[in-house]
Amino acid sequence: MRGAVNERRTEPPWVRRALTTVALAFFVLLLAMPLIFVVWSSLARGAAAWAAAVSRPDTASAIRQTLTVVAWVVPLNTLFGVLAAYAITKFQFRGKAVLTALIDLPFAISPVIAGSIFVFLLGKFTPLGGWLESHGIKVIFSTPGMVLATTFVTFPFVARELIPTMQAQGIEDELAARSLGASGWQSFWRVTVPNIRWSLLFGVVLCAARAMGEFGAVSVVSAHVSGETNTLPLQVEALYSGLDVTSAFAVSSLLVLMALLTLAVKAGVEWRYRRQEARERA
Amino acid sequence: MRPEVTTAVQPLAVKKQRRRVLGGLGLSLGYSVSWLSLLVLLPLSMVFVTMAGLPLDGIWKVVASRQVLSAVRLSFWTAAASGVVSTVSGALLAWVLVRYRFPLKRLVDALVDLPFALPTAVAGVTLSVLAGPSGWIGKPLAAAGVALVNAPAGIIVAMVFIGVPFVVRTLQPVLQDLEPETEDAAESLGAGRVQVIRRILLPATGPALVTGFTLAFSRALGEYGSVVFMTGNLPFRTEIAPVIIKAKMDNGAYAGAATVAAMMLLAAFLLLVALSGLQNWQRRRTE
Amino acid sequence: MITRLNRLLVTAILAVSAVPGAAPMVAAQAGTGAVSLLNVSCDPTRELYAAYNKAFSAYWQQKTGQVVTLRQSHGGSGAQANAVIQGLEADVVTLALASDIDLVAARSGLLDAAWQKRLPENSTPFTSTIVFVVRKGNPKNIRTWDDVIRSGVSVIVPNPKTSGGARWAYLAAYGQALRRPGGSDATARAFVTALYRNVPVLDTGARGSTVTFAQKGVGDVYLAWESEADLVKKQFGEANFQTVVPAVSILAEPPVAMVDRNVDKHGTRAVAQAYLEYLYSPAGQEIAAQNFYRPRDQAVARKYAANFPAVTLFTVEEVFGGWARAQKIHFDDGGVFDQVYAP
Repeated sequence: MRGAVNERRTEPPWVRRALTTVALAFFVLLLAMPLIFVVWSSLARGAAAWAAAVSRPDTASAIRQTLTVVAWVVPLNTLFGVLAAYAITKFQFRGKAVLTALIDLPFAISPVIAGSIFVFLLGKFTPLGGWLESHGIKVIFSTPGMVLATTFVTFPFVARELIPTMQAQGIEDELAARSLGASGWQSFWRVTVPNIRWSLLFGVVLCAARAMGEFGAVSVVSAHVSGETNTLPLQVEALYSGLDVTSAFAVSSLLVLMALLTLAVKAGVEWRYRRQEARERA
Repeated sequence: MRPEVTTAVQPLAVKKQRRRVLGGLGLSLGYSVSWLSLLVLLPLSMVFVTMAGLPLDGIWKVVASRQVLSAVRLSFWTAAASGVVSTVSGALLAWVLVRYRFPLKRLVDALVDLPFALPTAVAGVTLSVLAGPSGWIGKPLAAAGVALVNAPAGIIVAMVFIGVPFVVRTLQPVLQDLEPETEDAAESLGAGRVQVIRRILLPATGPALVTGFTLAFSRALGEYGSVVFMTGNLPFRTEIAPVIIKAKMDNGAYAGAATVAAMMLLAAFLLLVALSGLQNWQRRRTE
Repeated sequence: MITRLNRLLVTAILAVSAVPGAAPMVAAQAGTGAVSLLNVSCDPTRELYAAYNKAFSAYWQQKTGQVVTLRQSHGGSGAQANAVIQGLEADVVTLALASDIDLVAARSGLLDAAWQKRLPENSTPFTSTIVFVVRKGNPKNIRTWDDVIRSGVSVIVPNPKTSGGARWAYLAAYGQALRRPGGSDATARAFVTALYRNVPVLDTGARGSTVTFAQKGVGDVYLAWESEADLVKKQFGEANFQTVVPAVSILAEPPVAMVDRNVDKHGTRAVAQAYLEYLYSPAGQEIAAQNFYRPRDQAVARKYAANFPAVTLFTVEEVFGGWARAQKIHFDDGGVFDQVYAP
């Protein structure tokens, strides 16, 4: 029962107030203040400076680079997520628990390690990397490497969102569709997918958000060429190192906007989901 | 009509029938396993392959190096400490969000996910300036003699920042699903509020708390972007393991980097197994 | 219904991704003879090359009519050397010390081992040194090297393992202790041990240390490139920081080189050669001086003499017998720096 609130007031009012105050103080200090600080710092030299920083060619290139990476990562992980969730939740097979655990694996691995392993696999002096190099294909220090590292890091997101939902939905709807004569594909596209549309959307949005913000993994495989291979987070670091803190915060504010958009989408999705559930129950 | 949850063991005939009827297992499973192997397992195995590039005594030199051990130790204890702080404060936040009313509650609830959606580098840069000697939070703290940046305390703060959402989001559904009848019944039988908390609420939320701690801990362990701007990277004092790995990668010492990575992977794996065992034990106790 | 929205979203993202895919194709067709050069440089030279690149591309266009796009990559000198070895296709490398370029030559064969003799002055068009940057009013009264190792003084310096500037700073500290009357390896070692005990933060690059000291406000004194010192004052206010030049310091010689195999592959040899040679021209030397690097050209040096106080400078060759020896003894795994740092 997502979103419903279980409000009970059995603590004395002063306890409630105290706990609320402490929790909110913690929230403000740790979560709200950085948000406010980014916005404030990015406008520290005025809105004109902010606009200038955001419209620089470096920034535009960073936006393009970030979108390129995301455009590869999200479809790949969505495809995997949907198929893996389908296999795991609609069927029984040996090793299901292992598969589920393995999907969660990238979640627990440091992004620096995530980037490093692709250097280990595809670096210039490895057999695989050397072969690619001799055919003129650059992976490490170029966009493909960044795509691979980011795909690894955001690998579990879509699957993790889908599995609980599909688990709860079971296979009744699909069986019903099949019994009515639908083919496997039809049952998938017309029954399974619409049932999971909110979880899918949210998983995709989360995957995209994380992919846009990935730093540690791409830092290892990137060439740090400003205006070329820098994604937005790398560009933030570059600006910060260039002692242009205001511009760094200005570009950060773009990423913050994206984060807030993600949160808004999530809130919207949850609201729609709750409405859908209420309607189905009625 | 609630859909059936398909977890129970079923007779083989039914399983086979479902496979035939539903179709798509081969494709979905095959694709998933191949993709998983290519993208996750193969590259991860390269850690050990690359590590093997060093002779055994070379590996030992890296593993037993006091600098590396220091960094791994620091990573683990700060992640554990931050896990505890995240769990306590996240639990409090979740409790307040589920059970109480206050202005702007919906906004607070939405913003809890902010660290989850915010790029780690932005979080890192922001926190380090904010908590630095001239920042809004750092300045008053510095006057009180507390240094956050370049100290383990700062590392813990950054780790709590990214860990709290995990705890809150893990606890919220559990708290929401708690049936008020149980608490009512206990109270009508004369239990005080504290007793209710101890004997009903804590056991009910126990598994979720452990899960939340595990998530916050493992995420904090590997965190790089948010933490690297906060820490002083002083060997033996404030250098975390991911920074050592990155430094070795930067210098081309790939086998050494792989060795440290292997250490971290192994230690994290053992810890996760232990925590998962704890969860199983807890679950069995409450059933 | 919403699946259509989903698919729309995905299609939109894919469509946007086509833009960057198209861009290189567009660029390739654009200028006939448009050419692009990648300069892989160390950390603190960002501003220098931003200014220099502008000047050079204007000069080159005027001279040959060719439009040259100059791309920069910055990072710790050692890290950048490794990136080039691992396949980053630099046309020119402008790193912090000769040892790093030697490493590239040795490990990758991308340039000739005798690269340093190909340009004047051992391929170093400008030099620098290590100075102290202190806060307004110099509250801890730091004037000499001995003041830096006093207890209670907090020193900012980057990590010698990753930063070129950090190695210059270390050798400056070690060397000046060695050169004193009665100085020996033992006393020099004691000196650097005391020095690093005063260091609260080791950033990976010179620029990281600048950020820590000037931006984050950590530390009492920063052992910086002279160029960084002046940049700090320019960016953060002349009033807030001052430079203290010690009596003795090291002559830091950051070299430049063309990466033969890459320029031949890209067809950029002529441009790359001109790019490096322009650094020695009066125009190039002026830009260097304006960014607080000591120019080799005497006329320009005289013009900007006010920027560069007189210091007794020693070289790595004089005191340490060359970079190869210094690198091996001090900075390799298990070397003096590692020993100094072991608690």
